[in-house]
Amino acid sequence: MIPLQAAIIGLVAAGALAVVVTRDLVRLTMASSLYALLLVVLFLVFQAPDVALSELVVGAVGFPLVIVVAVVLERGR
Amino acid sequence: MSRGVRSGLFLVSAAGLTALLLWAVAGLPDFGHYRGPYGKVLNSVAVGERHTTNVVAAVVFDYRGVDTMGEEFILFASVMGVALLLRNPHRERRQVPARIQSDAVRLAGIGFAAGLLVLGLYVVAHGYLTPGGGFQGGVVLASAFVLVYLAGDYHAYRSLSPTPAIDVVGATGAGGYTVVGIVSLLLGSAFLHNFGPLGTTGKLASGGSIPFLNVASALEVSAAFVLLFSEFLDELVVRPEARSQ
Repeated sequence: MIPLQAAIIGLVAAGALAVVVTRDLVRLTMASSLYALLLVVLFLVFQAPDVALSELVVGAVGFPLVIVVAVVLERGR
Repeated sequence: MSRGVRSGLFLVSAAGLTALLLWAVAGLPDFGHYRGPYGKVLNSVAVGERHTTNVVAAVVFDYRGVDTMGEEFILFASVMGVALLLRNPHRERRQVPARIQSDAVRLAGIGFAAGLLVLGLYVVAHGYLTPGGGFQGGVVLASAFVLVYLAGDYHAYRSLSPTPAIDVVGATGAGGYTVVGIVSLLLGSAFLHNFGPLGTTGKLASGGSIPFLNVASALEVSAAFVLLFSEFLDELVVRPEARSQ
């Protein structure tokens, strides 16, 4: 394992922990979006650009958008 | 069950799970030592057999094309479920004011959306040459539409993605994939078996039927994601009292 791979694995672990311990829903959305970006870098470092592209759009754009809309709806009630 | 019994039960199960997990991790192949035979076989034969430089695309749209069809229909069915649950023809819409007043944000948004659209088309078109493909390019295209909503307003987003057009594009993609499979059957080979001239490796005109499946899945995926975003954003512009009915 080269240092770059070890570093990104550590960052992904820290990101996963941040997602789990965040309680506020809006902050959780941002945290999970950043976590998805870290996963994108992980996939790139491990030479899986196809997966990185999917994760980039689904994890960092699509999923947070749906969650944010759901949160806004819930607060409007 | 008392608290003591519960935590005792938890400790026993957690210890068992930890032991099994450690045992399983100890039996994994060493880091970077891939043991599966298929990856090596495909890496050595795919470029010669299918004339595509992105082996992932050859696997997804050819060697296991039926699986990809199943995945496409999973997406199709789940987005259809979302639309069925959320779409309400009787609801009233309220006028949403343009939220973004800053010209700089609008201008940057338009620029980025245009760039993202071109990038999406590029990722789709070169899916079987470079990393990317129908699914990845399709979601990039859909996110360009979301950027129009974020930097512009809801009406700009809706006028760019009218629901009837999105429905037609999605259905064309999902149906088109199956039609390519049926063409293979009519030509006397197995369902979704590659047909057509394989072309020159590294050129856009290569891969036989892979480009068709690639474009079909791009249409289906981009339409599915735009529809998903539309249904959720629609919820935001519905009057709260109409929604509770």
